[in-house]
Amino acid sequence: MSADNQVSLSRAEAMALLGQMILIRRFEEKCAELYSAQKIRGFLHLYIGEEANAVGVMRALSPDDAVVATYREHGHALARGLPPGEVMAEMYGKAGGSSRGRGGSMHIFDKKHRFYGGNAIVGGGLPLAVGLALADKMQKLNRVTCCFFGEGAAAEGEFHESMNLAALWQLPVLFVCENNGYAMGTGLSRSESETSILQHAKSYRITGQDVDGMDVVAVRAAALSAVGAIRNGEGPRFLENKTYRFRPHSMFDPDLYRQKREIALWKTRGPVLQFSKWAIETQLLSQSDIDGLEEEAARTIDEAVRYAEESPWEPEEDLERDVYTPRKVEETAR
Amino acid sequence: MTARTITYRDAVHEALREALRGDERVFLMGEDVGYYGGAYACSKGLIQEFGEERIRDAPLSESGFVGAGIGAALGGMRPIVEIMTVNFSLLALDQIVNNAATLRHMSGGQLSVPLVIRMATGAGRQLAAQHSHSLECWFAHVPGIKVVAPATIEDARGMLRTALADPDPVIIFEHATLYNEQGELPETDDYAMDIESARISRSGGDITLITYGGSLQKTMAAAEGLAKDGIDCEVIDLRSLRPIDDATIMASLAKTHRAVIVDEGWRSVGLAAEISARISEQAFFDLDGPVARVCSVEVPIPYPRHLETAATPQPDKIAAAAREVLRR
Ligand SMILES: Cc1ncc(C[n+]2csc(CCOP(=O)(O)OP(=O)(O)O)c2C)c(N)n1
Repeated sequence: MSADNQVSLSRAEAMALLGQMILIRRFEEKCAELYSAQKIRGFLHLYIGEEANAVGVMRALSPDDAVVATYREHGHALARGLPPGEVMAEMYGKAGGSSRGRGGSMHIFDKKHRFYGGNAIVGGGLPLAVGLALADKMQKLNRVTCCFFGEGAAAEGEFHESMNLAALWQLPVLFVCENNGYAMGTGLSRSESETSILQHAKSYRITGQDVDGMDVVAVRAAALSAVGAIRNGEGPRFLENKTYRFRPHSMFDPDLYRQKREIALWKTRGPVLQFSKWAIETQLLSQSDIDGLEEEAARTIDEAVRYAEESPWEPEEDLERDVYTPRKVEETAR
Repeated sequence: MTARTITYRDAVHEALREALRGDERVFLMGEDVGYYGGAYACSKGLIQEFGEERIRDAPLSESGFVGAGIGAALGGMRPIVEIMTVNFSLLALDQIVNNAATLRHMSGGQLSVPLVIRMATGAGRQLAAQHSHSLECWFAHVPGIKVVAPATIEDARGMLRTALADPDPVIIFEHATLYNEQGELPETDDYAMDIESARISRSGGDITLITYGGSLQKTMAAAEGLAKDGIDCEVIDLRSLRPIDDATIMASLAKTHRAVIVDEGWRSVGLAAEISARISEQAFFDLDGPVARVCSVEVPIPYPRHLETAATPQPDKIAAAAREVLRR
């Protein structure tokens, strides 16, 4: 943890950062368990190991900023403040879920929280984020759109087109590349000639920085300064967060392409572990604080699972509802 | 002739392996075809056997590597490009439609694009809308490419060989629910299967059920159920979606006089609509009743099991449609 970041952190902020990371970690461990129990189906991409990124960045955003994420977005949804019960019900496919259960794990949407998904097409969220930011700029709203994506997305044309548009039109977007080293089984050096994703962004004249994505304090600091610049009208900003997923790509992945040693090494730098240790050493938090956060997370998750269990299934008669906007809603929306 | 039981996935794997062994010009390219072993494990172990050059892991650049496949085909290679699923092929549509499909005709017959593109398609695994599309008809719309949908183990292995021998681009759609299916494969060296004719999967005299790909088994199940009530269905597996084998369809209708088309694509402006139109053009006077269609409900496919099932063709819906046509 870098020294200059330590000073500015209050106890309350430290509690918030750690509390959210613990909640996400335990929530996802529960999800893995529920997947084995076949309560959660389809694809499930866990964020375990990467929590510092969503948590650190989200602390820099305000409620009227927008967030665009990927299929690995449970952590982002929780850090953004979506009700954990609704997120869990979405994983179940229940009607009480964030997206009425229709999207599942990969498609969590919540308009109230300006959380624009949950996109399962790699790179698909970037142009959306550019458009959201364009709308803000045209309407003279001083808001930021924060777009999360993996380093794999940098190979897509949509990444490059989005970088160019955001820079060309000086749009208020914060691009956060969560570089966990692998796109499914393909390591970065096997998919990019220039392995610095930041360098790609810079070639479009976007200012940015490399960030230690295992260090929540560093992520928070980088995000605060980037968001400050964006709000100041300085155009888009780019963070390349070096991070690691401790679990396989999805529950279907036999994880044949990584060395056990590599995974174990990264685990020693785990964001929850690292931050807890540092907070105790610096006496910012005590062990009983941390125990309290664990208990609170456990209660929240129990509650979320109960909500999901009790939530009804969407009736089959509603299958065709919401393909188009119903007439009445359309009129009141005008 | 002996036979052995293998999975659809293994049949694809064998076909790939034999193609790579048989022709130096053949190479496999796509996302995670190498060290990951293929998103559906169809190329597991091939990179160890054939190396990184011929089992070429591509970055997430669908337009780029499909275009590169087209270029390599023009340049004398025989690429097999794997697009992980049809959902992601949308990022490569430009290359497929504007380059692969046009180059031969547009160059006055000078160029040819001997390219095979394989991709998984369809719903049924609770992966929600962006991972459940059945867009075969989009490709079948386009002159200049051939489109096939192997629904059986034999076709999974045999159609790839024929596709590779074809001088023009061939797209192979493998329904994602089929990979784990088991079936009998006859032991023979000459296992190439043609890529333009339909097959009678079940012969019967009362009604013709026309389908392809992931819906074949559901349609066969419906036919078995109807047989118990004395309704004798003929089932046609289209196999090729471009060209469509009109002759087999019309010959069947001359016998049964009734048809139901089963298609996991959406009803509007789709393959079932096309086949229905061909029937009314070519077999109108053979018909004893209107042609029926069983297609996906016109919604983005939802995640929960019960809604996904409700949204897609199922044996009970197919049987009900057949009864309705037969008024029984
Ligand atoms: C356009 C597209 N191509 C392929 C896929 C299949 N796929 C899903 S995730 C993934 C890897 C993405 O890696 P990265 O962007 O680094 O994100 P991570 O999963 O590591 O968070 C792939 C190839 C997809 N969803 N969308």
